[in-house]
Amino acid sequence: MSTNNTSKTPSKLQKIMDAGDFGVTSECGPPRGADGKIVEEKANLIGDYVDAINVTDNQTAVVRLSSLAACIRIKQMGYEPILQMVTRDRNRIGMQADILGAASFGIHNMLCLTGDHQSFGDHPNAANVFDLDSTQLIQTVKMMRDEKKLLSGFEMKVAPEMFIGCAANPFADPFEIRVSRLAKKIAAGAQFIQTQCIYNMDKFKEWMKGVVDRGLHEKAHIMAGMTPMKSLGMAKYMKNKVPGMDVPESVIERMAGVPKDKQAEEGIKMCIEQIQELKEVEGVRGFHIMAIEWEEKVPEIVKGSGLYPRPKID
Amino acid sequence: MIIAKPKPIEEIIDLVKDLKSVLVAGCDGCVTVCEAGGMKEAQVLASALRMYFRQQGKDTKVEETSLTRQCDRPYIAQLDDKIEKYDAVVSLACGAGVQFLAERFTKKPIFPGVNTCFIGVTEEKGEWTERCQACGDCILATTGGICPIARCSKRMSNGPCGGSSSGKCEISKETACGWHLIYERLKELGQLDRFEKPNDPKNWATSRDGGPRKIIKEVSQA
Repeated sequence: MSTNNTSKTPSKLQKIMDAGDFGVTSECGPPRGADGKIVEEKANLIGDYVDAINVTDNQTAVVRLSSLAACIRIKQMGYEPILQMVTRDRNRIGMQADILGAASFGIHNMLCLTGDHQSFGDHPNAANVFDLDSTQLIQTVKMMRDEKKLLSGFEMKVAPEMFIGCAANPFADPFEIRVSRLAKKIAAGAQFIQTQCIYNMDKFKEWMKGVVDRGLHEKAHIMAGMTPMKSLGMAKYMKNKVPGMDVPESVIERMAGVPKDKQAEEGIKMCIEQIQELKEVEGVRGFHIMAIEWEEKVPEIVKGSGLYPRPKID
Repeated sequence: MIIAKPKPIEEIIDLVKDLKSVLVAGCDGCVTVCEAGGMKEAQVLASALRMYFRQQGKDTKVEETSLTRQCDRPYIAQLDDKIEKYDAVVSLACGAGVQFLAERFTKKPIFPGVNTCFIGVTEEKGEWTERCQACGDCILATTGGICPIARCSKRMSNGPCGGSSSGKCEISKETACGWHLIYERLKELGQLDRFEKPNDPKNWATSRDGGPRKIIKEVSQA
């Protein structure tokens, strides 16, 4: 079987999913200031309930404590970080340097992203870089790992060992290219995929069927992206304001159908039900739980979904 | 062509308000076609400046002209015997023209009267859109004749990104998703196989990243 996961790395997340267990990840958004303790507090809330913790890289183009620095903190706490890297802010020189820096601290997971346009963020007047795009960043990390070479061709004595991930949005347009775009990222070397938040279950299953029909689920591990709704307001915001998000009317109605003080509970319940349902969908190999500024709910979701305790890897 | 946009009149007034004589120099090239800096626009700007000076009670002399091109020496040489009459020139050419005047007339301030914006096309009367970023290494043969560097907000080589929605870019509903266009065109050309092949990192050395560029025409051996 031709699978990108014949390239083994020290990543615990890879080992768990390669062994056939569901992988569980969550994310931690660093603060908009220099307080590293916040990263540690967030990691402590979720660390024992997930296999690895994504650290966002200046998410939505808002300046935050750097992903690499936060990943190092998390690593030093004994948890496994996933270094998110966007190609918006650094060129191939800066990114390769940070990949080497990460590897030198024993960071073995990366999520390669292009990144939101800076016009969404807090520095809309900034120049963007986009020397590479996400697919080319995947190629770069793979080359560094498998060929032990930088993009320049320079051969390294010690190469970074990265389990390479990327994002996929099954709900963006045009829908018909969403499977081929994933195929392209897998052809570039992606080993795990974290999807956009899933609310439209039918559309996700349709996409997943396209993925399975092409055997892509055998080449890379697909992790379903889950974000619990905190309130009716959040559901409406996600539906109307967030690019590439598909929130069906039924989700809005369900949130609207309960009193305000019960909406958070309902959101968690809905998230757990979705995970249970997606566990049965062919090709789904894990869950990426993005509880935005709601990290304390991750343990409840993981336990409620029957994904706790997490497998131990020696 | 090169597309430019007139600078706000206040900005130009601020540059020339203390002068005694000003020449507004249009260019008959690209900026004429995009209605930003030809003879007509030179006349309009010169009239506006004359009106301003009159209102201020000043007798500043403002005259206008337009050169065939400001990016060629023989044409800018036509100003050689007039330039002394003026304290400064407001050039309505693109940035190349402004600089070429400044290089020739080293003792005269040359002010830009337009903002040079992009290489583009006329969509319809009064509307111009970008097509090319002059990267110096054209890839249009592989992208269905649509440039992802100029037309994708993230100049992706392997798009579209997850922000593409109903054929529009994440930055604005007014902006078409370049990669959506590329996909549709490749489909029409029966070349969708190109779409799934990852494009390697681009060599930007031929772009502005390689420093100011220069071309010397190679002598034909034929």
